[in-house]
Amino acid sequence: MTQERTAPHATGAFTDDPEAPEYSAYGGDWSEIAEEAERLGQQRIVVNMGPQHPSTHGVLRVMLEIEGEVVTETRAGIGYLHTGIEKNMEFRTWTQGVTFCTRMDYVASMSQELVYCLGIEKLLGITDDVPERASILRVLMAELTRIGSHLVAVGTGGNEMGATTVMTTAFIGREETFRVIEMISGLRTNNAYIRPGGVAQDAPDDAVAAIRAMIPKVRQKLDELVDLQLANPIFKGRLKGVANLDLAGCMALGITGPILRSAGHPYDVRKAEPYCGYETYDFQVPTSTDADAYARVVLRLEECYESLKIVEQCADRLEKTQGQPVMVADKKIAWPAQLALGSDGQGNSLDHIRHIMGESMESLIHHFKLVTEGFKVPAGQVYQAIEGPKGLLGVHLVSDGGTKPWRAHFRDPGFNNLQALSILTEGGQVADVVVAIATIDMVLGGVDR
Amino acid sequence: MSDSKDLAGGAKDDATAQGVDKAQADANARPDEQAQGDAQAGPRIGDRRPMTLINVREGMFGSGGDTSGYAGLVRPIQMPGATERPYGEWFDGIVDVLEELLGDRAAEAIEAVVVDRGELTLHIAREHLVEVCQHLRDDQDLRFEMCLGVSGVHYPADAGRELHAVYPLQSLTHNRRIRVEVSAPDADSHIPSVVSVYPMNNWHERETWDFFGIVFDGHPSLARIEMPDDWVGHPQRKDYPLGGIDVEFKGASIPSPDTRRQYR
Repeated sequence: MTQERTAPHATGAFTDDPEAPEYSAYGGDWSEIAEEAERLGQQRIVVNMGPQHPSTHGVLRVMLEIEGEVVTETRAGIGYLHTGIEKNMEFRTWTQGVTFCTRMDYVASMSQELVYCLGIEKLLGITDDVPERASILRVLMAELTRIGSHLVAVGTGGNEMGATTVMTTAFIGREETFRVIEMISGLRTNNAYIRPGGVAQDAPDDAVAAIRAMIPKVRQKLDELVDLQLANPIFKGRLKGVANLDLAGCMALGITGPILRSAGHPYDVRKAEPYCGYETYDFQVPTSTDADAYARVVLRLEECYESLKIVEQCADRLEKTQGQPVMVADKKIAWPAQLALGSDGQGNSLDHIRHIMGESMESLIHHFKLVTEGFKVPAGQVYQAIEGPKGLLGVHLVSDGGTKPWRAHFRDPGFNNLQALSILTEGGQVADVVVAIATIDMVLGGVDR
Repeated sequence: MSDSKDLAGGAKDDATAQGVDKAQADANARPDEQAQGDAQAGPRIGDRRPMTLINVREGMFGSGGDTSGYAGLVRPIQMPGATERPYGEWFDGIVDVLEELLGDRAAEAIEAVVVDRGELTLHIAREHLVEVCQHLRDDQDLRFEMCLGVSGVHYPADAGRELHAVYPLQSLTHNRRIRVEVSAPDADSHIPSVVSVYPMNNWHERETWDFFGIVFDGHPSLARIEMPDDWVGHPQRKDYPLGGIDVEFKGASIPSPDTRRQYR
């Protein structure tokens, strides 16, 4: 560890006091800096945490002003993972946009695909034409994603507090959901599976059996996490009463998702404004009034159990709707390409290739036009919201009547909720900053887009 | 509000107003004197401005030359126009209450009401944005407690209204969502900040400043948030290039997506 006086960084000094000494520390223990500062008679220290810090949940930069152990001021710096996804989407067709938005919050890929496709369908006016089986597959994917996202939240949160077993257990459970997602969509993450008008392909015949086999495995891992964490005195000591945010604070900061529900408001878009037929599924929205980090972990685990209930119902419905279409009937919108499983993995359907190359010139033209040009969406704008794992996930889409979005803007819940970091940490202990970050559960890919 | 009956009558003028040219409509857009003198007719919402001109499209391709033979084709593309009463669903109630709360300022504050695809959009004059948001948040019949951010949209073809800020407002109490849209000319890209009413919009406004160059007056610290502090330009404006680089492959070169000849 080294300590030195350095000139202000190019991005400007954190304080407006030019006389304030600046310490730069690399590695080592921050408490040694505090001791050093105390020896020098300096109580107030500004610590920069991140953007490359293992416990900041990604490339998040946190600037902390501390007095002894107490955090007096917190500022979050974001933008280190900005990739211009929204801008890029303006230069790609509506269908290609799915491949972009799935990469924003890469832990909840399917949720973003879903909200984007629901938005396009609203713009096209075909919301009611999406086949039932496609909606079932969408709900299945959204709920598996929710379980995966919550397991990452709980798991990495545990890891950041030093409980590696929590992380490994959670990730094993998440991997089980990925097996099903991969079996149906072909990919573990960044799936581009949900498409405007339906889904990319139907679930294979043995998918229902695989879903049913997965449920007890995930439930077992959830049970393990519950047993491992919720009664653990160290875990309770670290989380109970930490990172409090009451309902008034949540409302002022526009917080949604598990954090809002931990403060007692049962708002869940799946119940308030059902989409994809959520009103026909039997599930509960767990809430708490403790409004602390512990309550949020409990809620996330409870939501996973509720999601498993929905997944179970999806399996039953998939069984009943076997063979039904998974894409709108309108051939001017439905993606023409078909995929099939060959000896060397998933690829183009040979039957489809034979049809367009050998049998029907018109089919070939149609396929070519729709894939290269895309479909036109009437001019206008819509806002679509769904309940993402991290809160209200919204999309604002503007069409100029062409084959590409004029504007696509995503309201990532993590972006909004991260604003609460200051209020969650100021006045608390430095060690609790990590807990607060974990409890917000943002993914910087979604925050920065 | 007692004037609300007159709205249906006032809306008859819509048909003629749709046809007026842009200059005249812009003149009407500052109806301070007119609205005062015309108090008997009540606020005539929705008949002052032609709706947002998204783009003027020429030919069949976006850029790089049109080989389809339709290069001379010029098509102005507009957003769905203002809606006449009744708006349907619960929308009339929202506009009624808002008009009542705004009183005689309603006519100049609410530029247009658009109902499209089952969604209500209120076009609000920027001077009145904060007051309108305050009413939308606080009145018990409106109660839009949550603003879901602000989405900037750049319409370079829409002269005098190039930059739009779109606020989706969510009411948890009544489980409703509306959209408030505000425009500003590129030459004077100032919109009042709503952070005093909706503190959650702090970062959202910073993002829209960062990407579109809309200055939110009264924001506590309007700094860039996604781009580096010393970045020049506002990347999500339409006049800002995508910045892609050509792909070279075995001697052939494929232009970057924004310079490629493309369908529109």
